[in-house]
Amino acid sequence: MSTTTIYSARKILTMNPNQREVSHVAVRDGRILGAGALSDLDGWGDYTLDDRFADKVLMPGLIEGHAHTMEGTLWRNVYVGWFDRMDPDGKIWPGLKSIDAVVERLSEEDARLTDPDAPLPGWSLDPIYMGNQRVTRHDLDRVSTTRPIGVLHASGHIMNVNTRALELAGLLKPGVNHQGIPLGDDGLPMGELYGPDAMTPVGAHVGFDRALTDCDERGLIDYAKLCVRAGVTTSTDLAARLTDDSVAMMLDVTGRDGFPARIVPLRVFFGISAEEIVDYVVKLRDRSTELLRLGRIKAVADGSIQGFSARMRWPGYYNGAPNGLWYTPPDQMSELYNRALAAGVQVHTHTNGDQATQMALDMLEPALKAHPSPDHRFTLQHCQLADAAQFRKMASLGMCVNLFANHHFYWGDEHYRLTVGPERAERMNACRTALASGVPMAIHSDAPVTPLGPLFTAWESVHRITASGRTQGEGEKISVDAALYAITMGAAYTLHLDGEIGSIEVGKKADFAVLEDDPTTVDPMALKDVRVWGTVQNGRIFAAADL
Amino acid sequence: MTASLPVTVIGGYLGAGKTTLVNHLLRHAGGRRLAVLVNEFGELAIDEDLIEAEDDGLISIAGGCICCSFGNDLIGALNDLTAMSPPPDHIVIESSGVAIPGAIVSAMLLAESFRSDGVVVVVDAETVQRNARDDYIGDTITRQLADAEIVLANKIDLVGESDREALMAWLAQVAPGAIVIAATRGEVAPDALLGVVPRPGTGSPSDHSDQLFESMVVMPGSGGDIAVLAERLATGAYGVIRAKGYARGADGKLRLLHTVGQRWDVVPATDNHETGIICLGFRGSLNRSAIAGVVSDLT
Repeated sequence: MSTTTIYSARKILTMNPNQREVSHVAVRDGRILGAGALSDLDGWGDYTLDDRFADKVLMPGLIEGHAHTMEGTLWRNVYVGWFDRMDPDGKIWPGLKSIDAVVERLSEEDARLTDPDAPLPGWSLDPIYMGNQRVTRHDLDRVSTTRPIGVLHASGHIMNVNTRALELAGLLKPGVNHQGIPLGDDGLPMGELYGPDAMTPVGAHVGFDRALTDCDERGLIDYAKLCVRAGVTTSTDLAARLTDDSVAMMLDVTGRDGFPARIVPLRVFFGISAEEIVDYVVKLRDRSTELLRLGRIKAVADGSIQGFSARMRWPGYYNGAPNGLWYTPPDQMSELYNRALAAGVQVHTHTNGDQATQMALDMLEPALKAHPSPDHRFTLQHCQLADAAQFRKMASLGMCVNLFANHHFYWGDEHYRLTVGPERAERMNACRTALASGVPMAIHSDAPVTPLGPLFTAWESVHRITASGRTQGEGEKISVDAALYAITMGAAYTLHLDGEIGSIEVGKKADFAVLEDDPTTVDPMALKDVRVWGTVQNGRIFAAADL
Repeated sequence: MTASLPVTVIGGYLGAGKTTLVNHLLRHAGGRRLAVLVNEFGELAIDEDLIEAEDDGLISIAGGCICCSFGNDLIGALNDLTAMSPPPDHIVIESSGVAIPGAIVSAMLLAESFRSDGVVVVVDAETVQRNARDDYIGDTITRQLADAEIVLANKIDLVGESDREALMAWLAQVAPGAIVIAATRGEVAPDALLGVVPRPGTGSPSDHSDQLFESMVVMPGSGGDIAVLAERLATGAYGVIRAKGYARGADGKLRLLHTVGQRWDVVPATDNHETGIICLGFRGSLNRSAIAGVVSDLT
């Protein structure tokens, strides 16, 4: 017979409006038997009372609605970011505040490597915080002139390499004529590579191979450790190719005892026809397991704002840059939406610029008329520049949104100064407008672009503070309660999982974030610093300290 | 050093007829061993009767041509082609409907041992002007056309006489300097798009049944400034759509010259070749005496 465990806690924040805070939660077979006072729960029969969380605060397991499991894989490279960041083993790597410090950290790793020809890849460099200082091959040559070195920027759109890497790629020559490869006074590439066209030919020589976006076995295991440390029990993997091999790997890894997170990978709409991807995803859906939820599609409408590849409506970029590029043009998006709606497959669409958002809205409306689909929950991901009218339209079409709150912190100053200018920077990631318009909303990290950490993401949407410390967009701040809802029920809703996860109530999965502090009573400015003890996932207990 | 492989990029918005054109080129490759790289969504849309075998994403086509898709890694796919034995004669990249062809050319030139052999932009003659005014895709289409050396005005049969004139005038504005070739169902002489293939041993062009074009062979003198010659052939009013051939520079060394539209390129020849330059133009528009004159003046 199944056993029942009742956990006591300092406080349980349920996200259930009927009983927002309770003291006990009963768990049976990995599910929530009930939440309430002990006296509400003992009617279920024999139980074991477990007081291990008596001084902890429980929340529903946090849900990351837009991240990439490749964050786990990237940690095998040298972290050289500006901000402190925790690795899968819980070690906090201090942020590096100068090029010298970056060179020093890479040099330490260089000294550790025994194979003199082995590449040395680094990641998460961001010279915009160093006064937009340029990093050149000469800087990285101070680490080594014989070993190929490549450092990916935090945005993922730029890479710095050393002279040896350029040599191996055959690019250390005069006459290179590519707008993504600036040349120095000597006519040779400086070692800065902008965009995938420029990065790809060199990437393979510095340890970033062709399939950078795909997670591998160890990466997935490491990613799940990061989830536990962040209180996350369910995470999307929002742009996977989901080849037969990678699906087999993910089924294997997520099926192992002790794998602590539910992964929701979306097949990316790229290099495949609309007809094929819908057929493929319908088949994948049947292979879903408890911890691997397949059967959704991710489409990408445009590029990024800071890369000037996002599609903007008039008046375009603040600095006059030409409009960005369609990654998926309107006709193809329309075909995808029609076929997906007909097959009952959900599509999440990356839109950054406001024209990309408008395009998605314009393509979805007629598709919905052709294929009436109550509860489709098509979701716009990032959707950073949407205006109020666009949010109203999303609401009337039954769409959801997942806003990139973290981006506002990390690149808000750049958007204000350079890409979109003050007025649109203030309304970027307009959480309050979304909620006021009635659009179901999640907020996200886009890890590895920014660190996985829903409590930080919630903090940012409450305060809208940029990296320089300015408040940007006072009118779009949301309350702590709304932010905590967004990282639990809000994200669950965008995945059609709100009946299973996202709140602590009878019948749902026993997924909890176990916290040392109470996010509803700490100083709101300390929300990001709320300490995470670990998680409970499907009733299994994962202490971050024991990983 | 191996000779650099010519690469022609075929661009144009969705539905313009790029895939139809590629099928036509494969069907009429005329002895060229073409390697077609596609980056369009979905299955490689190669006419089934052309396919001889399919293996691991590589489609073998009658006459020694092949076709495969390159996904995110153009350079990798190009390098894979050079590793083939024997390597193809000519590479055709069919870009995605939203790609800007010039960006593909500059990316492709990052790899060793390739040279750009023209950007062909296919447009739907009936709809291109309307699409170019579209808020969403208009700038994509005009950016594509701005990179064109040859514009293939496809589906011309759907356009009436008077509208054709307006189309040509409009194309002259948005694709300045480009040669415009009208076609139906992508049916255009491969010589015009891919350059003229000298018939083995004779130095004269292969036959092409397309009545739209004519070609001539000119024999350069003993030496001269080949770059200036190439520039004149490309930009002068001689009616030359494409020229290709070998000539000796003032230093006596052999050079490969080729032009497409108004763009020209001269590179050192890597193998032994007879001198001779083949020029191709629209039938009746090739100014034979002027071409002969400029060649003899400059070499």
